[in-house]
Amino acid sequence: MIKVEQLSKAFGPLEVLQGITTDIEKGQVVAIIGPSGCGKSTFLRCLNLLERPTKGKVYLDGVELTDPKTDIRKARQNIGMVFQHFNLFPNMTVMENVTYAPIKVKNMTKGNAQELGYNLLSRVGLEEKADVYPSRLSGGQKQRVAIARSLAMQPQVMLFDEPTSALDPEMVKEVLDVIKSLAETGITMAIVTHEMGFAREVADRIIFLDSGRIAEDAPPDIFFSTPKSERACQFLEKVL
Amino acid sequence: MDSLFPLSLMPLAQLELDFSKVIPDIPYILNGVITNLAFTLVSAFFGFLLGTILAIFKIANIKPLEGFANFYTSIFRGTPLILQIVIIYFATPQLLNYPIAAFPAGIIAFSLNSAAYSSETIRGGIMGVDKGQKEAAQTLGVMYLPMMMDIVLPQAFKNILPALVNESIALLKDSALVSVIGVEELMRRGQIVAQREFIYFEPLLVVGVVFYLMIMGFTWVARRFEQRMRVSD
Repeated sequence: MIKVEQLSKAFGPLEVLQGITTDIEKGQVVAIIGPSGCGKSTFLRCLNLLERPTKGKVYLDGVELTDPKTDIRKARQNIGMVFQHFNLFPNMTVMENVTYAPIKVKNMTKGNAQELGYNLLSRVGLEEKADVYPSRLSGGQKQRVAIARSLAMQPQVMLFDEPTSALDPEMVKEVLDVIKSLAETGITMAIVTHEMGFAREVADRIIFLDSGRIAEDAPPDIFFSTPKSERACQFLEKVL
Repeated sequence: MDSLFPLSLMPLAQLELDFSKVIPDIPYILNGVITNLAFTLVSAFFGFLLGTILAIFKIANIKPLEGFANFYTSIFRGTPLILQIVIIYFATPQLLNYPIAAFPAGIIAFSLNSAAYSSETIRGGIMGVDKGQKEAAQTLGVMYLPMMMDIVLPQAFKNILPALVNESIALLKDSALVSVIGVEELMRRGQIVAQREFIYFEPLLVVGVVFYLMIMGFTWVARRFEQRMRVSD
């Protein structure tokens, strides 16, 4: 589904990613973990070209996204993204947030979009909040709306960039539960997270990044019980 | 007379203000209000429109557009407004062979000038919108124009509304400047009355009070508007 070849990203002299090569299969749920500054968010943001890789290639379904000739705007419609800070549109109601892209980008009728919107909002348990503005929502609710907004474009892949890092502890679970239920629908997902328990439970595969390289790539039970690299051992010692 | 004024106002009282000569001319002066308001509203509208376009040029990362917008701004901020009015009024017939009337000349000068100032304000407003908003729109596949129109600009305008109100107040007061090209607006009417009646202070005081009241009214309307814009907070 997603194929990454020799992906590198440098910000000036700072080499954040150094030649990452990996594949994410259809339906796979990948958790990307690692110490802060290891490049996990940058890696995720390179997958939909929010950051332009300095070198290397990214393919989605065989289409090279890093090719300048590719219409990246079209390709992004297939890649949903959920941000750490939600990034809901504050000037729109919850329903407008969810239906905006289907109406504007996919030319869906308002009626159809709202029907889709209600379905998605009830899926994240927020249908009664359809007509309020995001400022009236708690952090957890905002993030659930953001997930619904992404799903409204019916993407093939969902990227989550630390979806619970900006939340109060008691709101983390409601968001993780939504992501978990999504994982069960078989959508392809890449999740950058600090929630080790969650990664272990939901992911099919853990990618451990260290200084811009994949230091370890294993199923969760193996990664958490018998990590091979020394860096992963140190990391797990601190976080578990 | 003495009993009517407190002691501190005595010197003022001794000016012997005589409004009786002005009173018959007050309707004439007040009629100027329409002219000033027309100048302000039309120029604020075009200035805002043009200012938004210039602001987008400035942030578009396209060198020629950026260069043009910056040059434009430097010209209109770097020269006196009154000079711009006079140049547009007198140079247009000479250069283009088109006898421009005072009203459109004034509108053009005010709009172009106001665009230069508001483009900077709007640029600041756009840059003040969280970068995550743009990223969210991009990941949803939204095109540049709808992203600006529906997401970035509404948030930018809401944040800079007080600054834009300031700009409009300045325009309203500057509308008195078109008196130099002979437009009979408030200020000019005040002067005409003054010259006819040989009294200066009273008619100009009337003009001042009218301006002040207009601006107070405008500020009040702007406040209400701002409160309505804040429903999403």
